[in-house]
Amino acid sequence: MKQNIFAAVCVLLAFVLQSTAVKWIAFGGICPNLLIVIIAALGFTYGCNMGLLTGFFAGLLWDLFYGDLLGFYALVFMYVGYMNGGFWQIFFKEDIKLPVVLVTGSDVIFGVTSYVMRFLLRGRFEFANYFGHVILPEAVYTALITLLIFPLFARITTRLDRPVQKGKGPMIEIRETEV
Amino acid sequence: MKRNHKKFTIPSKYLLLVLTVVCIILMCATFFTDFLATPLSNVAGSVLIPFQRGISRIGETAGRRKEEMENLRDVMKKNEELQEKLDQLVIENSALQQDKYELNHLRELYQLDEQYESYEKVGAHVVSRDPGNWFSAFVIDKGEKDGLKVDMNVMAGSGLVGRITEVGHDWSKVLSIIDDTSSVSAMVLSTEDTCIVQGNLDTMRNGMITFSKLVTQEGTVKEGDKLVTSYISTKYLPGILIGYVTEINPDSNNLTHSGYVTPAADFTHLEEVLVVTTQKNTYEGGEETDG
Repeated sequence: MKQNIFAAVCVLLAFVLQSTAVKWIAFGGICPNLLIVIIAALGFTYGCNMGLLTGFFAGLLWDLFYGDLLGFYALVFMYVGYMNGGFWQIFFKEDIKLPVVLVTGSDVIFGVTSYVMRFLLRGRFEFANYFGHVILPEAVYTALITLLIFPLFARITTRLDRPVQKGKGPMIEIRETEV
Repeated sequence: MKRNHKKFTIPSKYLLLVLTVVCIILMCATFFTDFLATPLSNVAGSVLIPFQRGISRIGETAGRRKEEMENLRDVMKKNEELQEKLDQLVIENSALQQDKYELNHLRELYQLDEQYESYEKVGAHVVSRDPGNWFSAFVIDKGEKDGLKVDMNVMAGSGLVGRITEVGHDWSKVLSIIDDTSSVSAMVLSTEDTCIVQGNLDTMRNGMITFSKLVTQEGTVKEGDKLVTSYISTKYLPGILIGYVTEINPDSNNLTHSGYVTPAADFTHLEEVLVVTTQKNTYEGGEETDG
């Protein structure tokens, strides 16, 4: 329950910030993708179900406000969340490398999908150009942002997942399990 | 693995499948019909827009402070530079600067007075922008209750910004002219030759958008000429300044010209916009060919 509320708050906060504050730190017209960071992080921390549900709702929000094809971003984000959920088993919070790699990969996938579905199909063929000037900078910037955000995210989730009763001996972390 | 004996969880594979189908149905619904999820957007908007508005306000104030600081820094830097130069150059330089400022100022006044006086306008704040890097739509904080309607033109300063594509209760979505999917029917002010101005993500990196299908005599349209919205546009009022021709090249068919135009509105610092509430009267039910 706590995790679900946390996830919902995360997604809403990320969306609000993404459409306002993130634009202020745009570098050369390119801003990082906070939503991808949050969805990917929720995915590999809590598993496929969490990833795909948060992805779906975050995407739906994006569609409602800014998409002209309702359901498109929902679909993309959902798959991003689901795929990241697949790494749940090999992920542990002390390791920053895996999150950065996964987030960067997710952002590239998101960028390429956006390009193919929304630009290529309208006859904008210069893929290398768009890759070099939009997709790649965004992925790199997003990776940098992950380095900043993820430790905070990991700390909060660790807090949340801590068992309520204080037992003796070492604290054992319990994770929400998935089928 | 079975810690949650109380909860029934759906295997993620099935959940993924079900939601995929939902998404595809939604996409088909929006693509093939005129179905717009405005009621749903309204619900989401009423929750999120206040937050976005708050944050945007903070940003605006911070941005203004920053600009002031930058201006100050600029002035100091410029001062230093000028000190190093000869007196002659200093005088010349400042005179030029003053002229330029005056010219801009007068140009602005002229624009506003001459061209748009007859249109009724209402001011609005930009609340949020498209979250991604691909498109440049934004949301403003006025909507149905302020009398805004779909297809109303939006301006900032003296230039055209875009038009409203969706109206909610107290918010509206604006498609800007630099958006890759936008196109505007335009004409060159000096020669009245018409063309199509299209937003382009690729050239917008250099601060320009493209125009095409300009039928004109070779050499009559020059760089620096004004492009305004044309009389034949179905959605834009005539005579609103779009921008200045930056480059013009003949097409390979030798009939038309295309090139680049620098928008007059400043899209990087868009905080307040003017919505023109006068709407173009068009033939009801007519097919829209451009927009």
